[in-house]
Amino acid sequence: MWTWFHQFGSPKYFYGIAGRLVPWLGGACLVLMVAGLYLGLFVAPPDYQQGESYRIIFVHVPAAWMSMFIYVFMAGAAAVGLIWRVKLTGVIAVASAPIGASFTFLALATGSLWGKPMWGTWWVWDARLTSELILLFLYLGFMALHNSIHDPKTAWRAGAILLLVGVINIPIIHYSVEWWYTLHQPATITKIDKPSIHWSMLMPLLLMALSFQLFYFVTLLIRARAEILDRERRSSWVADLVNEA
Amino acid sequence: MTEFLHMGGYGFYVWTSYGLAALVLALNLVAAIRRRRSVVRQLSRRLKKAV
Repeated sequence: MWTWFHQFGSPKYFYGIAGRLVPWLGGACLVLMVAGLYLGLFVAPPDYQQGESYRIIFVHVPAAWMSMFIYVFMAGAAAVGLIWRVKLTGVIAVASAPIGASFTFLALATGSLWGKPMWGTWWVWDARLTSELILLFLYLGFMALHNSIHDPKTAWRAGAILLLVGVINIPIIHYSVEWWYTLHQPATITKIDKPSIHWSMLMPLLLMALSFQLFYFVTLLIRARAEILDRERRSSWVADLVNEA
Repeated sequence: MTEFLHMGGYGFYVWTSYGLAALVLALNLVAAIRRRRSVVRQLSRRLKKAV
């Protein structure tokens, strides 16, 4: 286990594995997305309260889930990076940040586009929306902080601390609809009893969520590979690799 | 078909959402691939100089 951990943490090993994974993950992502879009747009019936507008859920909720998942993933990398000094953790966080920021933006924008016809307003400063906006600033803050420090080790240490402090925002986003009175509707899926959604709507939602998840891993791996090449430019295996190409 | 695009009067909101989603995914993919290419190009230029 420990050797595996270290081997996986080695940039060269990760670079090879990642390269082999990308086409498979990308293919699976595409299949799931086509199936999810088909079921979500053509098969699922209109909602009895919200009519056809609820179909925004199939991009809004996966984007919102990913915005939180990616942040927690980065914070996990930060913890591992600070404790065990695994080089790869910094690479993963730096490669994840722009993807996470873009999903957060998508969750906010589609939420706004859903809020306008349903609530009559593009935006309210309530707990759910505000904490999600703070999440966007956390991503941008991490990127700005990391870019402003030239030495990669120091940059990653500072960024990791920011990520770990900011992780407090994640439970706030999740529970905001229960803790405060808010315009945002309560959770659809993650309720302790039965989810309040019919399977014909749940299926496309889960398919889209899974495909967004795979999409994140695909773009993460491509970006992480580029980042590794850049950081390991002085090592001989990178020179060999570039020479071959 | 027109009925489908109309989305019960919510066409603008629904299709703008899906359009934005498509745009965000596409830009992410393009940016990742371009970043990789630019690193490879940079490194090969540096190697040639060194030789």
